[in-house]
Amino acid sequence: MKSSVIVFPGSNCDRDIAVALEKFQIKNEMVWHDETNLPKSDLVVLPGGFAYGDYLRTGCIASKSKIINDVVKHAKKGALVLGICNGFQILIESGLLPGVLLRNKNLRFLSKNVFLKVVNMENKFCLKYKKKNIIELPIAHNEGNYFANEDLLKNLEDKNLIAFKYCNEQGLVNKISNPNGSSNNIAGILNNEKNILGMMPHPERLIDPLLSGEDGSIMFESLFKSH
Amino acid sequence: MKKEVLDPQGKVVNQTLKNMGYQNITNVRQGKYFEIEINESNKDKAKIIAEDICKKLLTNTVIEDYKINLE
Repeated sequence: MKSSVIVFPGSNCDRDIAVALEKFQIKNEMVWHDETNLPKSDLVVLPGGFAYGDYLRTGCIASKSKIINDVVKHAKKGALVLGICNGFQILIESGLLPGVLLRNKNLRFLSKNVFLKVVNMENKFCLKYKKKNIIELPIAHNEGNYFANEDLLKNLEDKNLIAFKYCNEQGLVNKISNPNGSSNNIAGILNNEKNILGMMPHPERLIDPLLSGEDGSIMFESLFKSH
Repeated sequence: MKKEVLDPQGKVVNQTLKNMGYQNITNVRQGKYFEIEINESNKDKAKIIAEDICKKLLTNTVIEDYKINLE
């Protein structure tokens, strides 16, 4: 399996995700945002960070970068696209995923571990979570409050396009376990075809016992096995 | 932002618009917009209050200008 990680000015999780991909034998290339063409890629990753200093709106300027046209083309052809944190914001600004990410409800930057329920395990990113569907991953964001109108929320729920929801340690999805005010506790969503995943938590940060956990590894195992 | 103060966000937005093909855009300055409801029927008095708010809280007059529109 081959992957590309897009690097924007202001990306800061690009090398972490590269380490994670390589650990799971996914052959990765870093691609500068100003390139026009992606190398052959089965998976394209938009990493976390603060692309363009979050100017105008988070992810907005990055979504107009040259490389995004080819990312959209790859996505339409069925390649997997993963957007983590700022990458999720970029996917939304590019129109590849619906809804919007607002500022956290408490107006604070949140940096902590949260519990997540893997809601959809029938996609190439999450297949392996069948063995463990209540997981713990770090979040680190200021604009992670997923907002969608009622129609869109209903569509996401009905079509099972919500990949992750914030929950408590027991897997209960409730208000108290919602760190940022997201509609329906949404932490990550898929497109209709389930080849695009956008998520606020950082799987690439928990891929080794030395980093205090391996719940993130399961996503990369899924990706590797899916190919 | 006052004309003489560098506005990096505006510059980036300007450049992005050019990249998107809007070649005739010559400059972009980014600012903030507030909608304030004041419980005051006298327009002049309301404007004085708004001016006061702008000076004391909403703008840093060293680098920013403000404009008030009454409705």
